[in-house]
Amino acid sequence: MAEIQNLPGGEVAEPKTKLIWRTFWILFGLTVLEFIIAFTLPATLFRVGIFVILTIVKAAYIVGEFMHLRYEVKFLFWAILLPMIFVVWLLIALFVEGGSIFYAG
Amino acid sequence: MATAATSKGINWGGGNEPFKASWGKLMMWFFLVSDAFTFSALLVSYGLIRYSHTAYNPDAHGAFQFSIDYWPVPEKVFEAVPFLHGASLPLVFVGIMTFILIMSSVTMVLAVEAGHRKDRRDVEKWMLWTILGGLTFLFSQAWEWTHFIHGTEGGGATDVYGNIIYGANLVQNQYGPAPFANLFFFITGFHGMHVTSGVVLNIIIFYNASIGIYDRPGRKIDPGAEPYEMVEKVGLYWHFVDLVWVFVFTFFYLV
Repeated sequence: MAEIQNLPGGEVAEPKTKLIWRTFWILFGLTVLEFIIAFTLPATLFRVGIFVILTIVKAAYIVGEFMHLRYEVKFLFWAILLPMIFVVWLLIALFVEGGSIFYAG
Repeated sequence: MATAATSKGINWGGGNEPFKASWGKLMMWFFLVSDAFTFSALLVSYGLIRYSHTAYNPDAHGAFQFSIDYWPVPEKVFEAVPFLHGASLPLVFVGIMTFILIMSSVTMVLAVEAGHRKDRRDVEKWMLWTILGGLTFLFSQAWEWTHFIHGTEGGGATDVYGNIIYGANLVQNQYGPAPFANLFFFITGFHGMHVTSGVVLNIIIFYNASIGIYDRPGRKIDPGAEPYEMVEKVGLYWHFVDLVWVFVFTFFYLV
């Protein structure tokens, strides 16, 4: 983020909150959408898939905008994200091996 | 400071900051990664234990009722709201809790933004709202736990001897197999503990900002960082708590 200096005379700069509120409305809208899906679609693997995707989108907005990771140096960005990608890989591997998802027989 | 990365890339030879972030902020990020591992372990345990139990199937089990023979449907368990005794309002209360936590995440990011502008009054205002949101969430969770432990008036599932089970503990519960309540207590409890420590950290930040610690010229809490960056570091932790709740909400209450 750009350096914002105190203005002369002890005054402070005006707040810039447009992006923050936009992110809030996106998160709010996605949560409402999850509620609607929870009560309209039958409980299938397809519905679980929708929930997982919506959750990851929400997570991306929280980490990217609220935690500001999107604007960090790319080395820092990947130092945080890469371990999490490996964890997701582990999770999927465990569920496949456990026969919970993509179970044919 | 001579930390600028050249257009050819970042110099890792020392003497500059390849990540362009202060020590404290980096350590907070790496702590959060390790904390994410812990929560991933809890959620994969939930998934594997849940899938090792029989799922509710309307064709085989008939109309849904609490039974120790199959995993309960979350929206049938979490349907109580304070002051509305006996009404069936599935997931309404947990929806309100989710809204409160996202809202407190917004007030936190507004406090961080005020910190960037070194606006002490705005930092104080938004930190207070964040603390209030955190406390409201904790009280809501306390109510939810109390209701979960006491159970409904008629009880729920019957145990292997045919006795009706009331409420929940670590041995048995009226909602379904014993691990269901165990995982509820452990996952939401572990998250609630994070919220509690987050509220304590927020109160410390509010206090420090109020007495003007972050305004003192030359004050270096973290060498090389602005004093007001403390708001941002604690903000990272607070957003992480919100982030974990997003996952808990999906996997525990929706799926």
